[in-house]
Amino acid sequence: MTQEGAEPGMETAGTESPVTVGSDSDTMGSRESFLAGVRAVAPIIVGIVPFGLVAGAAAVNAGLTLLDAVGLSVVVFAGASQLAAIGLFGDGAPLALVVVTVLVINLRLVMYSASIAPELLDEPRRWRALSAYLLTDQAYALSVTRFEREPGTSRRSFYLGAAAPLWAAWQVCTVIGAVVGARVPPWLPLDFAVPLTFLALLVPAVKGRATAAAAAVGGGLATVGVGLPLEAGLMVGAVAGVLAGLLTEAVVGPDAVGAGEDEPGGGHA
Amino acid sequence: MSTPPGSRVWLAIVVAGVGTFLLRASFLFLFERVGGAPPRLERALRYVPAAVLAALVVPALAAPDGVPTVVGNDRLLAGALAALVAWRTESVLATIVAGMVALVALGAVGGAL
Repeated sequence: MTQEGAEPGMETAGTESPVTVGSDSDTMGSRESFLAGVRAVAPIIVGIVPFGLVAGAAAVNAGLTLLDAVGLSVVVFAGASQLAAIGLFGDGAPLALVVVTVLVINLRLVMYSASIAPELLDEPRRWRALSAYLLTDQAYALSVTRFEREPGTSRRSFYLGAAAPLWAAWQVCTVIGAVVGARVPPWLPLDFAVPLTFLALLVPAVKGRATAAAAAVGGGLATVGVGLPLEAGLMVGAVAGVLAGLLTEAVVGPDAVGAGEDEPGGGHA
Repeated sequence: MSTPPGSRVWLAIVVAGVGTFLLRASFLFLFERVGGAPPRLERALRYVPAAVLAALVVPALAAPDGVPTVVGNDRLLAGALAALVAWRTESVLATIVAGMVALVALGAVGGAL
């Protein structure tokens, strides 16, 4: 649907009953939206703890100082690329290679930027700069699915509520990991909370054949390419998934908004 | 095994960080210049969430150790159960609890055998 900034609330009206979540369907206050963002990110924060500890511990193990480790987490703030950079630093690789590696791994952020931008364009530039700095897989996924399902959400408040605690937790975990090391009981797979959250967001994001094709191709190719360097599997899968969605749309038409085939939107009341 | 000197490490960190910021900021500022997303691009962008989420989730479940694995893959089994819960309940919390409990239980059963 083309939504030119204003009136985002009309999308799901008409077809079926709108998703029955709360009675505050029109607009949510900023405080309420912020707290909704915090609640949404809470399980993800639990899930990134082991990852953040590793980001700190691996840096120190590779010969970097605590300050270097914190610098990476604050200045770059992108986990997978940080670990790659740490590995290269430890090997004494040329610094240009470190920079290029980080940027290639983080290319996917351009896709998130484009996807979330229409939702945040009304915000002031300074605020958009802050959103950009805080943009992660997790903040993107939580926000874009939330805005789709509950158009009345205050964009900037929800985004900040989801993104800022993640940032803070990442920094704290980096420091702890660098100082104490990364030790999580092996029987407690906290990291599994992150893909599970993404899974819970993915299922309702599949609304018909076109989005199903996007997901199938995206997930399939990313899995086949999981061993590729520079997180290329993720990027290739995502781009191919988008193309598959467009192709399917060209053949069978776009997914009907709010009215999927076998009532996927019919959750509990 | 030789880490470069600190000042050079910081040079790389800052350049990589500024570059990463520019990647993140790109369309948040570009679309403002061109007055929103062009319609064709906007159509494509509608498929980004499903494609990206699947590209993040499926490898984490189907190839947790970097190689696609079906047999004896607890995460795949726990993830399949969690997907069912996600579909039935549309609740993030229920999905996480189901998947975590399943994974820990499978690990305990596997460890006991």
